Amino acid sequence: MSADRREWPLYEVFVRGKRGLNHVHVGSLHAPDDAMALRHARDVYTRRNEGVSIWVVRADAIAASSPDEKDPLFAPSGDKVYRHPTFYDIPDDVPHM
Amino acid sequence: MSDDHGSIFDGLLGGDSSQWAFGTDFEDPLAGVDTTTPDGVDPAELAAYCLMLGDDALIMSQRLSEWCSRAPDLEEDIALANVALDLLGQARLLLARAAAADPGVVPALPAGSPVPPEDALAFFREDRDFRNVRLAEVANGDFGHVVVRLLLFSVARLALLERLRTSRDHVLAAVAAKGVKEVAYHRDWAGRWFLTLARGTEESRRRLLAALDALFPLWAELVTAHPVERSLASAGVGVDPAFLREEVDAVLDQVLAASGVERPARPPLAGAGERTGRDGAHTEALSLLLAEMQVVARAHPSGRW
Amino acid sequence: MTAIPAEPDQEERLQAAFDATIARRDRIEPRDWMPDAYRSTLVRQIAQHAHSEIIGMQPEGDWISRAPSLRRKAILLAKVQDEAGHGLYLYAACETLGVSRAELTDLLLAGRQKYSSIFNYPTLSYADVGTIGWLVDGAAICNQVPLCRTSYGPYGRAMIRICKEESFHQRQGYELLMTMMRGTDEQRAMVQESVDRFWWPVLMMFGPPDAQSPNSERSMAWGIKRNSNDELRQKFVDMTVPQAKALGVTLPDPDLRWNAERGAHDFGEPDWAEFAAVIRGEGPCNAQRVAHRRAAHEEGAWVREAATAFARRSAGEGGR
Ligand SMILES: [Fe+2]
Ligand SMILES: [Fe+2]
Repeated sequence: MSADRREWPLYEVFVRGKRGLNHVHVGSLHAPDDAMALRHARDVYTRRNEGVSIWVVRADAIAASSPDEKDPLFAPSGDKVYRHPTFYDIPDDVPHM
Repeated sequence: MSDDHGSIFDGLLGGDSSQWAFGTDFEDPLAGVDTTTPDGVDPAELAAYCLMLGDDALIMSQRLSEWCSRAPDLEEDIALANVALDLLGQARLLLARAAAADPGVVPALPAGSPVPPEDALAFFREDRDFRNVRLAEVANGDFGHVVVRLLLFSVARLALLERLRTSRDHVLAAVAAKGVKEVAYHRDWAGRWFLTLARGTEESRRRLLAALDALFPLWAELVTAHPVERSLASAGVGVDPAFLREEVDAVLDQVLAASGVERPARPPLAGAGERTGRDGAHTEALSLLLAEMQVVARAHPSGRW
Repeated sequence: MTAIPAEPDQEERLQAAFDATIARRDRIEPRDWMPDAYRSTLVRQIAQHAHSEIIGMQPEGDWISRAPSLRRKAILLAKVQDEAGHGLYLYAACETLGVSRAELTDLLLAGRQKYSSIFNYPTLSYADVGTIGWLVDGAAICNQVPLCRTSYGPYGRAMIRICKEESFHQRQGYELLMTMMRGTDEQRAMVQESVDRFWWPVLMMFGPPDAQSPNSERSMAWGIKRNSNDELRQKFVDMTVPQAKALGVTLPDPDLRWNAERGAHDFGEPDWAEFAAVIRGEGPCNAQRVAHRRAAHEEGAWVREAATAFARRSAGEGGR
């Protein structure tokens, strides 16, 4: 997934803001493991708001479908949420905004 | 901004208040709270007690906030800022409480100065008038240092706040009720990182043990009763930390055991004579910390911020 | 480059589908096919934006320890903490395009990716905290509100969350300056001096004039950008002039005046040579900002490694 093995894995965060609602994807973060990911999610996405329920899941553990795999909009490969082309290259001379 | 995704976040962000540590209505931290001194309590002692607890929180917060933009990763930067904000919130209420109990503790400012009493206490007192433990004030070290310091601090403070919830003083009881939830989280954060560093790599263990060795002698002050604490405890207003000793030791030993770390065999750091931080006898670090913290406020004693 | 082995006719169909999505102002999502240039433009823009949030913590963060009241200390710390969150959300948006935060951090530290030029100016008084909130966050809001409707889904969603917080930032900055203006003469002078120093660099935050902004047109066509640099700069000036008046400060531009014919303010030209120098790395604080970030990153390495080792150990050998 990541070229840098020192980097903590990516987690996706789902939060239920109130009882009666579904958990909703709110964003991502990095953490060394599940327990730390939950902690980080509380700090980053809820500011430790009480009564909020959080799910975290490693991004690389999510399998993703396409609404219609024949739809040309979807790339033919990949069952992951994101594509992670590890050889993805960034141009050297990056002009400013 | 009329985006359908916007609704997702509404429940999370809620009102404005959680954003700003004290809510957006900052003007009087004790607005609407009964600040009469409970029967049979010496207001000067109550003020001194509030300064002890308030200065601990303020100076810890100051050191923690120095980590802002310097943490090992963004997630930890945010976590440390949350802890610093919690303690700053506690400090503000406690200093305001000290001033309300005994206005005599508040430094004099030029006539007509708009500086509120809790700020006068934070920014215009001399180092010898601060009553925080020395554990809070020593200079920051590496990440192991902040983990150890916060663990030692919050293990004792949580036990104290749990008892303080039943204080006869309404303000202290309210501060404690809110603070218990906050400090429980701080202790948890520090405990988890203590374990992680102890069992992580050789280097992390070495650094953690060095920090523990350096800070442990400063810990005793937090769990040793000061006469003011004893007196207020007997009046049902404060907590005698000596009564917490067993519980606090047990929690700390649990973390140390899980981490495979021995309790350092280091004696408590001596005070100056019998005097320690609680009496205003500090390390050299406090004066430097205050020089920085107070510089802008002191340059504008009639300033409005 | 994106590992999609597309046949020539398939490539054309993918491109057509992409173009149609952009044309109906719908969002592109991470697993969708996208042209390589769209991806790399997004990565560049989002990364630059994320770096700006993180580097932007420093100039104000420097004053947390010296904030002159407990209330201001809390507000400032919460604000700078928000900026860390903004950086985090944006790095995450970038990761959906296949570039990790670690890679982006390396590029920043190697000087291969930029951040907003404004953060290469020093903060010299507490009034700067207010000015940054008012003008810098204000300019950021002008830039960012249109980006909530940007064509790339994760970027737009990050921007929605960020914009909500930025409006607090601008408000607290303006409120600090208002309060100081009601204070002593010295405080009023501090505010004016700070506004004088920041005004021109803030106008530069919108980037070079449209005529000299080579990438803008394509970014607009792709819906990555929604307004041109000059449009946003004009909007910002028009928004700020009445605020400055209410505050009681003068904006340091002799050419600034209302143009009834255009229904907008005329204003002077920022010093684009200075802008170019700052972008080249010759600004007052470039080296310091990157060195600070590098120190935090490098001094944190042993902690990150320890946590990774601990996680591996507690998952057991052969765990994931
Ligand atoms: Fe921001
Ligand atoms: Fe901001």
